[in-house]
Amino acid sequence: MDPMAEIRLTFFQECEEQLTALENGLLSMQEGDSDSETVNAVFRAVHSIKGGAGAFKLNALVSFAHIFETALDRVRSGELVPDVDAMKLFLRAADALADLVSASRDGGVEVTAPYVAIEEEFNALIGGGGAAAEEDEFANLAFQPIITAFDEPPPPPAQNVFIIRLRPLRELFAKANEPLALFRELARLGTLTSICDIKNLPFLDTFEPEDSYLSWELRLETDSQRAAVKEVFDFVEGDCDLAIELAQSATAPPPQPEMDITAILRKVREEAPAIAAAAAAAAPPPEADAAPKAVKAAVQPTIRVDLDRVDRLINLVGELVINQAMLTQRVLHSSHVRDREVTSSLEELERLTREIQESVMAIRAQPVRPLFQRMSRIVREVADATSKDVRLRTEGEATEVDKTVVELLADPLTHMIRNAVDHGLEGPEQRVAAGKPPEGTVKLAAAHRSGRVIIEVSDDGQGINRPRVLQKAIANGLVPPDAQLSDSEIDNLLFLPGFSTASTVSNISGRGVGMDVVKRSIQALGGRISISSAPGQGSTFTLSLPLTLAVLDGIVVTVDEQVFVIPLTAIVETVKHEPSRIHHLGDHSFVLRVRDVLVPLIDVGAELGVRGPTSDLRSGVAILIETANGTRSALLVDNIQDQRQVVIKSLETNYMRVDGIAAATILGDGRVAMILDVDALVGPRHHDWAAAETPLAKAS
Amino acid sequence: MTVTILTVDDSRTMRDMLRMALVDAGFRVVQAEDGLHGLDVLRGERPQVVITDINMPRMDGFGFIEAVRQDAQYRAIPILVLTTESDDEKKLRARRAGATGWIVKPFDPAKLIAAVRRVAA
Amino acid sequence: MIEKSLNPQSREAEFVAFRAGSLEFCINIMSVREIRGWTPATAIPRAPSYIRGVINLRGVVLPIVDLGVRLGLPGTEPTARHVIIVAQVDERVAGLLVDSVSDILSVEDTSIQPTPDVASQLARMFVRGVIAMDGRMISVITMDNVLPAGMDLEAA
Repeated sequence: MDPMAEIRLTFFQECEEQLTALENGLLSMQEGDSDSETVNAVFRAVHSIKGGAGAFKLNALVSFAHIFETALDRVRSGELVPDVDAMKLFLRAADALADLVSASRDGGVEVTAPYVAIEEEFNALIGGGGAAAEEDEFANLAFQPIITAFDEPPPPPAQNVFIIRLRPLRELFAKANEPLALFRELARLGTLTSICDIKNLPFLDTFEPEDSYLSWELRLETDSQRAAVKEVFDFVEGDCDLAIELAQSATAPPPQPEMDITAILRKVREEAPAIAAAAAAAAPPPEADAAPKAVKAAVQPTIRVDLDRVDRLINLVGELVINQAMLTQRVLHSSHVRDREVTSSLEELERLTREIQESVMAIRAQPVRPLFQRMSRIVREVADATSKDVRLRTEGEATEVDKTVVELLADPLTHMIRNAVDHGLEGPEQRVAAGKPPEGTVKLAAAHRSGRVIIEVSDDGQGINRPRVLQKAIANGLVPPDAQLSDSEIDNLLFLPGFSTASTVSNISGRGVGMDVVKRSIQALGGRISISSAPGQGSTFTLSLPLTLAVLDGIVVTVDEQVFVIPLTAIVETVKHEPSRIHHLGDHSFVLRVRDVLVPLIDVGAELGVRGPTSDLRSGVAILIETANGTRSALLVDNIQDQRQVVIKSLETNYMRVDGIAAATILGDGRVAMILDVDALVGPRHHDWAAAETPLAKAS
Repeated sequence: MTVTILTVDDSRTMRDMLRMALVDAGFRVVQAEDGLHGLDVLRGERPQVVITDINMPRMDGFGFIEAVRQDAQYRAIPILVLTTESDDEKKLRARRAGATGWIVKPFDPAKLIAAVRRVAA
Repeated sequence: MIEKSLNPQSREAEFVAFRAGSLEFCINIMSVREIRGWTPATAIPRAPSYIRGVINLRGVVLPIVDLGVRLGLPGTEPTARHVIIVAQVDERVAGLLVDSVSDILSVEDTSIQPTPDVASQLARMFVRGVIAMDGRMISVITMDNVLPAGMDLEAA
């Protein structure tokens, strides 16, 4: 990749980070944080985006960032104390800036109404004058041509002769400027001769190493104009006495120099070490750096690593785990090695391998914070569009989960948050009428619980309108008209394909995706979703997700000599399976009585086509499982072999998705085994039904 | 001897751009992410020229320049500040803190190198 | 040979030739990752008959296509003497179960003849052309349609 393109990539990556920092800072300012470092960080974020955007000539971005930055600078300097409305404007501007960044990244930015509107609001906020004065600057910034030496017009034929008198002041040296460097620059413009005046040089006993004693008269013959000559002294302006005279005449021969420039350079060079040594001896040991050092410890050092490298490491460790399992199995099966030491070494190896694996997985773990932060924008947008007052509260943002899980959660979570604001929360009047505060609350919480990540989306709105849900489900033929459903069964109807609660499709949530899509995305991540709701008090959606997509705890079962893995999270219990508890419903359908409830009994072998359907299900083991929507079924297998952690291998990478199979894995003997997709296996029996066991139980 | 340049900037984009331009021009480049980090690197690497941003976390460019100028060992190192065109006031403040010169953002490599050349011993 | 390689028009390619049933096939050596012996595969539920299952190839789950069955020939009962040609198929990698690998052929582009019109629809899905060489008829296999397609779209 060409280096500029690479830096461009870096820039946009960095923009994402800056935008996050920006939003964070603004949110904590909104909460009343007026710490100057918070305000500074917010300012810096916008400033950095502007700086990089300038380098890539992203003019729209530069100009929007600039006006935003100007307003923030006023806050920083204390000239502007943002009120509630100003904070809202800042947050909206942050959203708009994020949009502009994406638009700039994908090419093609049009300055559309929202940006203009926000810019106008900014102008109003900071007073039009300031912003107008800055306009010129963009013009410079945006259209600044790249001037290189080659582009300059040919020099006028006549030679100019400048006489330059320079007497550096001590400030010039204090800023590490050097007459020597200035001469070198001048010499690039033409022919330079100089006379050094050393009459002010004191004797060594009164020599002040940091003072300035020399002055020069220089004569420069050059094609350049005065401006170019003056530019050389740009950095030392005010730190020296300087006079530049244009001493005409290309005809007069230059006077013989009394001391040529190389001699001066030599002289300065010879003196420099002495001056430096004197300075070093004179200066007391600096104390200034002691204080800064103490602050430093707070920052955790981090390194950036290519994701590919991490994934490669994870794959290798995955193979190591398999190999270790194979080794153990082989050693323990070969009868002549039953040495105690070998066994304990193998156990140690297993422990180490497991530990390496966990550490490597932890590299991919990321806090859910950025994901939650994105949601605050969604809340703002939907609240604006629906004229509701909404506050988003987040909890457990530091909870870590696999990067891919975090990424794939964005869409379902967005949808749930939209739903919560659009459908869950009431309007302000309605809330007040119900005795609630006018401002609704949506809460987003994450926590680790028994090896999984639990994410809750809750609102303090009206709760699920169950009569309407049921009515709609009946109208759509999803449940029989006379169905007697429990509250939780009615709530679960929301997850059925095509179900949408809003009687009028709003343009917020009504985008053709229902909760069934959310549920499917969560399931695709190996997660489950459940819902609870109390009328008038609100609803809570709970997601339970695996910490990683790389390994899974499962039980290893056999069906007709083929080995399968059933994810442990789906399993409720293994059921004592006696022929008397099985009822044949005909058409190769069976139910199993588990205590007082009848659940469908699924012959895994027949279901997957491993063997033909049979009406004789007397042998085997039944495993009671619970699917994501809380319905229970029993899976019939021949044997349970083992419970173990397995490394998940995609079947889709080289093959394709197989209905009823979640993924593949490699077992201790090196062979591939399929991991069952329990929900899909059970699915067909329940496709119209949220909960099948209750009516069956009533039938018994 | 290759001239070593220390760049101090909290923006990775800027650091990358500086590095690209300076390395192309034959300089050796060492980098730091803020003023405090800059002081650390300065002591370890002893660069001949320093280029620093102003707005940075932990220790900004002003603080950094002041700290360098107060250190007898390093006070003679030329320091260029990166600034935006409008920041006359910042330029002045940087000069007061002891900056040797400045580079206006966005810079093109030729101008950057010219500025470095003007201050490099 | 020298004359041939000097001729800028002719491009030579190498092919791995193998037998499946009574027929000879070859595939471009550029798409061959490795050749290995048969190991028992794990069946994939609901797979078409020509998919023998998957094997573990150094941590990669590799689907095995019984090439004979795929081409409409009678099925193979694989033994230790059978061979798996591990080949790249677009973004995917698959193993082809064949009877044996016969040799490596250097063939010029120009000597590959188009698939005869009389060939069956099935054959034309996989056969890009035919090489006639020393009295042998060797079909050049293209890997594009070897794996089943379409189901992943349905899943998405």
